[in-house]
Amino acid sequence: MTTWPILSVTTFLPVVGALLVYLCRGEDEAAKRNARWIALWTTLITFAVSMIMAVRFDPSIADFQFVEKANWLATGITYHMGVDGISLPLLILTTAVMPFCIIASWKAITNRVREYMMAFLILETLMVGTFSALDLVLFYLFFEGGLIPMFLIIGIWGGPRRVYASFKFFLYTFLGSVLMLLAIMALYWNGGTTDIPTLMHTAVPRSLQTWAWLAFFASFAVKMPMWPVHTWLPDAHVEAPTAGSVVLAAILLKMGGYGFLRFSLPMFPLASHDFAPLIFTLSCIAIVYTSLVALMQEDMKKLIAYSSVAHMGFVTMGIFAGTMQGVAGGMFQMISHGIVSGALFLCVGIVYDRMHTREIAAYGGLVNRMPLYAMTFMVFTMANVGLPGTSGFVGEFMTLLGTFKVSIPTAFFATFGVILSAGYALWLYRKVVFGELVKSSLMSMKDLTFREGLTLFPMIALTILFGVYPKPVLDMSAASVQQLVNNYNTAVSAVKAAALLH
Amino acid sequence: MVQAIVFLPLLGAILAGLISLFGAHARNPSGDEVEHHGDHGHGAHAHASDTITEDASVIHESHHDDAHDDHGHGPVEPAAAGSRAAELITTGLLFVSAALSWMMLVDVGFMHHDARVQLLPFIFSGDLQVYWTLRVDTLTAVMLVVVTTVSSLVHLYSIGYMDEDPYRPRFFGYLSLFTFAMLMLVTADNLVQLFFGWEGVGLASYLLIGFWYQKPSANAAAIKAFVVNRVGDFGFALGIFAIFALVGSTDFETIFHAAPGLTGKTINFLGWHADALTLTCVLLFMGAMGKSAQFLLHTWLPDAMEGPTPVSALIHAATMVTAGVFMVARLSPLFELAPTAQAVVMFFGATTAFFAATVGLVQNDIKRIVAYSTCSQLGYMFVAMGAGAYSVGMFHLFTHAFFKALLFLGSGSVIYAMHHEQDIRNMGGLWKKIPYTYAVMVVGTLALTGFPLTAGYFSKDAIIESAYASHNPFGVYGFLMTIVAAGLTSFYSWRLIFKTFHGEPHDEHHYEAAHEAPLWMLVPIGVLAVGSILAGFPFKELFAGHGIEEFFRESVKMNPHIIEEMHHIPQTIAFLPTVMMVLGFLVSYTFYIRKPYLPVELANTQPMLYQFLLNKWYFDELYDVIFVRPAKWIGYQLWKKGDGFVIDGFGPDGVSARVLDVTRNVVKIQTGYLYHYAFAMLIGVAGLITWFMFGFGGQ
Repeated sequence: MTTWPILSVTTFLPVVGALLVYLCRGEDEAAKRNARWIALWTTLITFAVSMIMAVRFDPSIADFQFVEKANWLATGITYHMGVDGISLPLLILTTAVMPFCIIASWKAITNRVREYMMAFLILETLMVGTFSALDLVLFYLFFEGGLIPMFLIIGIWGGPRRVYASFKFFLYTFLGSVLMLLAIMALYWNGGTTDIPTLMHTAVPRSLQTWAWLAFFASFAVKMPMWPVHTWLPDAHVEAPTAGSVVLAAILLKMGGYGFLRFSLPMFPLASHDFAPLIFTLSCIAIVYTSLVALMQEDMKKLIAYSSVAHMGFVTMGIFAGTMQGVAGGMFQMISHGIVSGALFLCVGIVYDRMHTREIAAYGGLVNRMPLYAMTFMVFTMANVGLPGTSGFVGEFMTLLGTFKVSIPTAFFATFGVILSAGYALWLYRKVVFGELVKSSLMSMKDLTFREGLTLFPMIALTILFGVYPKPVLDMSAASVQQLVNNYNTAVSAVKAAALLH
Repeated sequence: MVQAIVFLPLLGAILAGLISLFGAHARNPSGDEVEHHGDHGHGAHAHASDTITEDASVIHESHHDDAHDDHGHGPVEPAAAGSRAAELITTGLLFVSAALSWMMLVDVGFMHHDARVQLLPFIFSGDLQVYWTLRVDTLTAVMLVVVTTVSSLVHLYSIGYMDEDPYRPRFFGYLSLFTFAMLMLVTADNLVQLFFGWEGVGLASYLLIGFWYQKPSANAAAIKAFVVNRVGDFGFALGIFAIFALVGSTDFETIFHAAPGLTGKTINFLGWHADALTLTCVLLFMGAMGKSAQFLLHTWLPDAMEGPTPVSALIHAATMVTAGVFMVARLSPLFELAPTAQAVVMFFGATTAFFAATVGLVQNDIKRIVAYSTCSQLGYMFVAMGAGAYSVGMFHLFTHAFFKALLFLGSGSVIYAMHHEQDIRNMGGLWKKIPYTYAVMVVGTLALTGFPLTAGYFSKDAIIESAYASHNPFGVYGFLMTIVAAGLTSFYSWRLIFKTFHGEPHDEHHYEAAHEAPLWMLVPIGVLAVGSILAGFPFKELFAGHGIEEFFRESVKMNPHIIEEMHHIPQTIAFLPTVMMVLGFLVSYTFYIRKPYLPVELANTQPMLYQFLLNKWYFDELYDVIFVRPAKWIGYQLWKKGDGFVIDGFGPDGVSARVLDVTRNVVKIQTGYLYHYAFAMLIGVAGLITWFMFGFGGQ
């Protein structure tokens, strides 16, 4: 194993970068440039470190690796870090997406650049910390702390209705977290510890399971977001700056799914089993409802935001199916959606930077001036539609396959998403990219620059690579997912057997 | 060898795509600055565009040239650089692939060297284990030959047909991409890879229908094709899930081994206990209906004619639309065990054969007539599938590919000669101007109508016989529909010939300018014309005679009795298709050569029927009313009422509004008058004292 605390280094490197940005004072052009470069290098180094971790990670072990433990607050509340096959892919997704966010903000952000970069770097620390914390209190700190920089990013660098959006975002997510905090306390009183690996092996009484599950659910469902607590997402996306949208879609939404996998399923298997029909219903509604709503959107970002809700519906459905394919598919769908939706928001950002509008009706015929952009956007549109050969397909297919075994009606209704997603995604593409270039305002549009290509082309490569060869991601998570599924099924069938005896 | 067959087209597609992208990029420079006209009206933005500063020294942009590329993008735009290279690369690779495919057919069909090549692991998760595998048995080998042969000829033809289009590299890239996806489809060894190819050809079809993306109608048709296909894929996907839930695998071999054990099992769907095999097969067939444009899911195919004509020939006649037929043949071991599903297949096939033929009678767009004819012929193939005569259906698929590609490419030649005129009412008398095209079109028509000794004669008659001989509940229905459709086919096919090539020219201007197409186009249609005659007789025994066992072996599971019974049907029945064919010809001859006033009179006396057929049984209108508009309406209502009014209204907005109400009222209490506060305090003190007195006094 490693001799240096690689996980802590990955987590706190961005804060060091933020400090450096803070130390480079000044408001002139040089200071802004320094801030950008420091931020970019910090995220790149963080990514490199996380790649070292990925290489050293042993995918055949289901348990936590790179574990670090130190005394912290009180007995039972420790500084405990570690990753397994469920958190590592999300961690790498985080560190991989951040450099793109910095590059995407290179020119779009011109005021308060230092503060902006600091907010992003701190946000990265909090996100990485969320995925690597193995103590409930620590997790809660990172999980909720992430709200603050995001709140600021939307509220300071956002669009015209940024204040409304940021408060809506904050209220929604905060309400859920209060309940989660209560549940964390209850778990502490029950088990005498907030250590996650310990709690995973501590049987929680049935009644507490139900309440704790609901409390955690309140928090994760908002983060996910699940219907009907999704309405903050379109507003937040619309008002956030491009990079903010990317982080929001690519990573913050995944915290909900991660929470379900880390807490709900392993700690409260019986409650999860009881509430699975609820989740299935909400997921199906999310998929069909938000897809229909997406059909009618007039704002590019809103459309993609609604499609995100629909795609997250597949994740929750797969996770609570509790089958190997369902959970692994949900895991894969999170990674894939992180890449694809992030890239779609980058695509919107590129035309937004040029035209300063996100209205679909303001565009049309871009392909005539921006062939590279058209090609890029096409790849991600198809990935969003879930075309085989792109990463979008693998996740959707596996979650549906895994759910069909458990609940046929759920899989049946969720598959309607396959038709509807084609409808809205292709309609968006046609309105924005295809057609004749007649609007005079678009005449002087120019194609992707090298900088923009730098953010998008790696994502194209990943989308197609994981679509054809999803093995790296699936293998990384396989052992942990298998263990999770086994434990879940053992717990559920034990109760069923006991019920039969009575 | 099979790797080369499949991946050479992909290589061509990538190369052509790169040429296309580099060319396009050279014409359209990069840059993230836009000249803004007038006021932007977004003063509230924290990052107004005016403050964007050129920062090129920090990140090296790929261009530093701010000069504008302002020359118009009109139709006279010069071809992209490297167009010829892209054409030659893709076409050359396709011809290599085609040659290898014929060798493969001999090797597999006659030498019995089936191949199975495992390439890469695809999806691995628990018991779901899917590999990228290339599988070649006789069924696949036949498809390989059909796909690569037609595709290479269409590539060649396109060099001539598209010679004025500035975006040729892109066109050839798409064509090769399509071919690759189709080859992945036919070589699939499991359902997931089949689905990959299935959706891949859907993508290529979408891109090619929308190739002229400036045309709104082309864009609409492209989306329609994709979405309607997705409706079919909805069933296909559920079918795959059902099979996996039953068998625990998606590999064909495993499924076929397990299939006999599945008879009698049921699937519980919302309390309805459906027979597992029947339900699965019907779901899978739904996918086939979408891709093969069968009745109810056919509406996209005629609209797909918006694409360039070579595309129609390759994708919407010879190859992609037959994928559904191929899928049913591939899964024949399942369908053979599910007679109810076979009845469904037969019913939809027969209905489509008849329905599409009736619509074809009155259409005026030359490509749409051929498109409806394709739809109808696909129905024939499904009739054979429903009868359990899979090899016979494949026979028609094989022959149809030749003569239908011929008819499309011939139509393309007519359209090319008439300067993109497609309405047959504006044609006429063209045979003198383009005799070569006329000759090959007549050959194609003869083959399509089943003139004795042409390719269509053998395959089509065999289908009608199989429908008659089958024990399917819809066997008689299938027989009647296909017989009637045979007459209708003959009528509309000859109508097309007569109105296009005979009679008086209706558009003198175009007529005078009409000329024969370049050699690039004439050679492929010549080859196809030869194929339309020769694809029948030499293959008769292999597909519909005693050579089936030997040729197809394990690749399809035939109904054990059907071939034998087909050979013992009454002579009169066997002659009926030919009689119908002659009848259709005679009526057509009377209508359009002898007494040209008759059709008009008929249309006037039967306006209802005429309008009904002309508007394609009003399917587009019907679907618009029952699917498209409600979906949009519901979507809008959910957005405004569901999200906006209910969720936000009672959720965050409502809460914040209530909070504001409360604070507003609280603010009102703070009046600032000392006596108000004093009075409130007094009441409070009084209350406290009372509570203490009674609360503690009781102790």
